[in-house]
Amino acid sequence: MIATQTIPDFNISSRIDQVGVEEKAKRFTTRSIKTETKVNGLKLVLNMIDLTTLEGKDSKGKVQQLCYKAQHLHDAYPGLPTVAAICVYPSMVKIAKAALGNSGVKVAAVATAFPSGQAPKDVKIRDTKFAVAEGADEIDMVISRGKFLEGEYNFVFDEIAAIKETCGNARLKVILETGELVTYDKVRRASDIAMYAGADFIKTSTGKIQPAATMPVTLVMLEAIRDFYYKTGKMIAMKPAGGISKSKVALHYLVMLQETLGEAWMNNHWFRFGASSLANDVLMQLEKERTGVYQSANYFSVD
Amino acid sequence: MATTISTRLEVLKTYKIYIGGQFPRTESGRYYKATNAKGDLLANVCLSSRKDFRDAVIAARSAFGGWSGRAAFNRAQILYRIAEMLEGRKAQFLDELIKQGALSANAENEINLSIDRLIYYAGWCDKFQQVFSSVNPVASSHFNFSVPEPTGVVAIIAPQDSSLLGLVSVIAPVIAGGNTCIVLASEEKPLCAVTFAEVINSSDVPGGVVNILTGKPSELVKYFADHMDVNAVVYCEKNDADKKLIQEKAALNVKRVLFWDKINWNSDEAETPYLITDLQEVKTTWHPIENIGGAKAGY
Repeated sequence: MIATQTIPDFNISSRIDQVGVEEKAKRFTTRSIKTETKVNGLKLVLNMIDLTTLEGKDSKGKVQQLCYKAQHLHDAYPGLPTVAAICVYPSMVKIAKAALGNSGVKVAAVATAFPSGQAPKDVKIRDTKFAVAEGADEIDMVISRGKFLEGEYNFVFDEIAAIKETCGNARLKVILETGELVTYDKVRRASDIAMYAGADFIKTSTGKIQPAATMPVTLVMLEAIRDFYYKTGKMIAMKPAGGISKSKVALHYLVMLQETLGEAWMNNHWFRFGASSLANDVLMQLEKERTGVYQSANYFSVD
Repeated sequence: MATTISTRLEVLKTYKIYIGGQFPRTESGRYYKATNAKGDLLANVCLSSRKDFRDAVIAARSAFGGWSGRAAFNRAQILYRIAEMLEGRKAQFLDELIKQGALSANAENEINLSIDRLIYYAGWCDKFQQVFSSVNPVASSHFNFSVPEPTGVVAIIAPQDSSLLGLVSVIAPVIAGGNTCIVLASEEKPLCAVTFAEVINSSDVPGGVVNILTGKPSELVKYFADHMDVNAVVYCEKNDADKKLIQEKAALNVKRVLFWDKINWNSDEAETPYLITDLQEVKTTWHPIENIGGAKAGY
């Protein structure tokens, strides 16, 4: 497929107007979403969450507990969806797979020497192979930010393409780690490289670096996806990750998604939230809408 | 002689609310007019909404761990500090109380009493635990003791007729015991409440420990009573319909409900450690001890 496409010169990727993109992102936060629309929006948010645990102290028990939560977000509230996926380290994939059974919740594994990506290519490929063999449905890879900032775009491109090849049927998410890319121009360029190299998803951040996902950065990436779609006819999915912990902000992201890419992207095949604490806040808002009283974290699961 | 026109335009204070150590305007953008008895406009005051209350509860909840975990001695120092700051701003409070309709002598007395009340409760901070704790006789081999612990986040509808003294008198015992609070100030006389928030803000009280809203009790009392993250409601008025509503809604999460409506805030009965213990939960611990063959207990 790639061979038949003309790969553009990434040195001349679209330039981003910083002030413009920040102003535009701010406008999405002014929509008023209330009552029924809000409830539907919040349920969609829940269904788009990649419930994530990526810590050195992750254990079998912690992953199993998270998998249980993925399927039983808040049983007191009838008819809630499950989350989209569980996001874990490769060593936890098998445990997560077993715990999730046939619930339909996918397992995503971070691979390629997450979160730094500072490892030789063959190590990254083996890391990915292992995760896929363990049964991961999705692979979240990190790009080599150092090489990217040195201007070695071909290196980054080839690496992504090689990982894509290793993924087989697993969908590939490419993490740009926008917090380390400094400018919107570079975010746009990295997005273009990832998409042309075969990414199924582009993802903002690892969650280990601040700032993680912000609305302007996500907008830049959504616009890159839109332009790529117009050029190639191929849809790419988007995943902002890290720093989105409030329902209100999540709804702003949905507004931005709807108004930038449209209806076709408004589901968990094409959009995800990488988050761990967002789910509980959404649940508290849903309960508030249902019962009419403000909620307390005491009545929801501990992450 | 030519008339001199004053070129100095007085800068008026914007009366804002106090949430999490910040002075925001109400998120609703609403306001009401505070007037004196003659109907003259004193100030435009924030008409707080339920969302302001919600934000204040979040602030109070996140401040609770730090405040209740502080050494009791340190809480005493901070209450004392509030009194010091209040002493230094007497003139401003005098001015506002008189504006709100108090007689000069009464106003001065009210301020002095407020300062003394803070000192009174500052003194109790590290003492009430000793007075109200107990070691309990039990029949088994246990060292059994009970200690008071703060209830948590307390929502207070302050006395409506006493704008400064009433406010100080309800806040002091609540925070002395390690609770954090959200207080709805007097609707008719809100000026002192906002100025008192400034005093608190400059007294080493961590943000979120005391949150002060201005607005209408009739509008907010329901939310004070039904918020699931509030642990106790204190109501200082005599409105029976409100009391009933509070008791019903508080049942949702079994809040502690306190009606401090019979206390004369100008009298000594407002100075009692029992107002502190009203907002304490007693925790009893059973600690196993060695007691072999009828020997005397050794801890």
